[in-house]
Amino acid sequence: MSDCHGSSITQLAESPASAVSRTSKHVALIGPPNSGKTTLFNRLTGLRQKVANFPGVTVERHTGVTVLPDGREIPLIDLPGLYSLSPRSEDEQIAYDVLTGQRGDTGKPQAILLVLDSTNLSRHLMLAAPILALGVPTLIILNMADDLRSRGGELDLKLLAAQLGAPVALVSARQGEGLDQVFRFLAGAMPKPAPVQLPILKDVPSCRSWAGRIGQQARYRSPAPPKWTRRLDAVFLHPVAGPLIFLAVVILVFQTIFGVADPAKDAVDKLIHVTGNWVASVLPDSLFRSLLLDGVWNGVGSVVVFLPQVLLLFLFIGILEDSGYLARAALIADRTMAKVGLQGKSFIPLLSAYACAVPAIMATRTIENKRDRMATILIAPFMTCSARLAPYTLIIAAFIPNRPVLGSFLGARALSMLGLYVLGFVAAVVTARVLKSSVLKSRRTPFMLEMPAYRWPTVQSLSLRLLDRSVVFLRRAGTVILLVMVVLWILAHVPLANGHSPKIDNSVAGMLGHTIEPAIKPLGLNWKVGIGLITSLAARETIVATLGSIYGMDPENEKAGLEASLQHDLTLGGAVALLVFFAFAMQCISTIAVVRRETGGWKWPILQFTYMGVLAYIGAFVAFHILR
Amino acid sequence: MARRSTRKARRTLDKDFGGVHTETMLQLSGSKTQPATLASLVELGRGDAATLERIDLPADEARRLMELGFLPGTRITAGFSAPGGDPRVFQVDGSEVALRRETARHLAVRMEKKTRRM
Repeated sequence: MSDCHGSSITQLAESPASAVSRTSKHVALIGPPNSGKTTLFNRLTGLRQKVANFPGVTVERHTGVTVLPDGREIPLIDLPGLYSLSPRSEDEQIAYDVLTGQRGDTGKPQAILLVLDSTNLSRHLMLAAPILALGVPTLIILNMADDLRSRGGELDLKLLAAQLGAPVALVSARQGEGLDQVFRFLAGAMPKPAPVQLPILKDVPSCRSWAGRIGQQARYRSPAPPKWTRRLDAVFLHPVAGPLIFLAVVILVFQTIFGVADPAKDAVDKLIHVTGNWVASVLPDSLFRSLLLDGVWNGVGSVVVFLPQVLLLFLFIGILEDSGYLARAALIADRTMAKVGLQGKSFIPLLSAYACAVPAIMATRTIENKRDRMATILIAPFMTCSARLAPYTLIIAAFIPNRPVLGSFLGARALSMLGLYVLGFVAAVVTARVLKSSVLKSRRTPFMLEMPAYRWPTVQSLSLRLLDRSVVFLRRAGTVILLVMVVLWILAHVPLANGHSPKIDNSVAGMLGHTIEPAIKPLGLNWKVGIGLITSLAARETIVATLGSIYGMDPENEKAGLEASLQHDLTLGGAVALLVFFAFAMQCISTIAVVRRETGGWKWPILQFTYMGVLAYIGAFVAFHILR
Repeated sequence: MARRSTRKARRTLDKDFGGVHTETMLQLSGSKTQPATLASLVELGRGDAATLERIDLPADEARRLMELGFLPGTRITAGFSAPGGDPRVFQVDGSEVALRRETARHLAVRMEKKTRRM
């Protein structure tokens, strides 16, 4: 083993360029959770990275390219966090398979960057034994060098490298310190220590004592406990102040999203209108202009205006996660989650479901218990996602007068919005309770959550997140929603009568709306809203685009504006029924697709769609009949 | 009732068998004169420290706990907790890990002698 280990490093050193380009093999980043592995990955790749899924599973696959100082490009792959090479969750299984070359799509890595937390070296070194035993050239990266120093820890790098028979680098990924060492290793220019025969370690206790011994021999002095983390925890985990701060954080997030994002939203809205008018003035009056303006510009534009709010939500989630507060929030929420049969780990996916159910459902893969994971997937779409913001905002603005309820703290509109969030949350909790006490009953799995030390989130990591989200959001507006709007426009303009497009009433779209009207009349909704309900099956925000487009085609309504037209067409009961319908129904193709992929079949997504649909119909029916 | 039988069936990773006997003995003797008492991790209040004796959980759960640092012979200090004392954060082997009471109950520890309390 040690022979193979040594010779492959030599090979890397002698002909690194050819080895990289010929086989185009990647370098794998691996490390325990909370070792700062992803921060290092971001440092090394910057914008030259992309996120996809491993084929066949839903574990995200982060790949990127790092550029060496001499201009050579090395492909990197960031693997999910791993405590040992005996995998327990799907995530860990993937990491294991990639490292051992069992996945055909990646092949065995040409080298490994093993990232360990230098402030907790004796324990993290446990992973070094099985990784080095793989026989792949490995650089041991001791991350968080800045923390180690400031908390008074130290070690002898040369001794450690000699003990392990592998090169070692002390790095601070957050500060960008020591990265030159990583580049030297990747370029094959790092001197390799003499290979060492490592003991074969079978169980955890022997691994740990080996790691402890190695640490001692490398004169590792562990740093003092993180003072600031203890101080902050004394506040954030205080029996009284803790939950209050937790609530304050949640309220702050919502308040900012609705308060601060509004001007930004109006600005984007204005931009779209101005450019739309400009396009209208340039193009001659034709069917093409109508398609471009009524169909594409106003339709897609009415969705794009929500980008600022979505980004703000992701900014908050990013800050909470990177700073380490989210783990404390999961701790505080655990008891509540336990009451509905779930665990604190479900809290993080559910919180991110407030932004979008798709990443939330993908985030459930950190839950090791299959049944808990399934239950979390099934309730995630009830959380009020950012796509619901569009119809909620439109209808609330049209039907709820903006008068103060609690002085200047809470207006009637904000209260209605909060009510809808609570409604979705209650539906999720009740559903979880029902699922966990029936079909998804399981023995409780132990909740073990490592509390990371508090850290300042870095601007780089936050901006990468936001960029990533913007691309996803805009791509959706540019594909699914665009397509639906074009189809809708065509359906609203056929059949042609004497070469003229018909009135919206008599068009195919109108007929579709009239066809389903009997079904939605008991909810107080008319056929125009019916068309919106059909198109919103693709994505919730499409209803706003659709209504904007349909009412825009009617000259009378166009003059009055969308909100006034809706006030004319719907009663308050109908409007509330529509809101309730959107709170419950699973109108989102992306979510259905991700649930299918995640649960490995059509059974659960169909069940979920039906359940949510029935609940939405009943809820809307009840709401309309109470308020009518 | 069913729970009891499953616990019996579990494979446990024992370091030694000494624990059970000691426990019986201590109950009889009232623990005053003994140098240490065997208890479960739940009994630790904030700031209390104890040494882990054994984990009474199925093999894979015990393994994960050990990977997180809960190895027999390791010193564990109880830290802050969520409101109501559950789950609680434990400082073990250089890191902080939160466990629910229902898990902590299955970790047998030897309490360190307390000087301040009687």
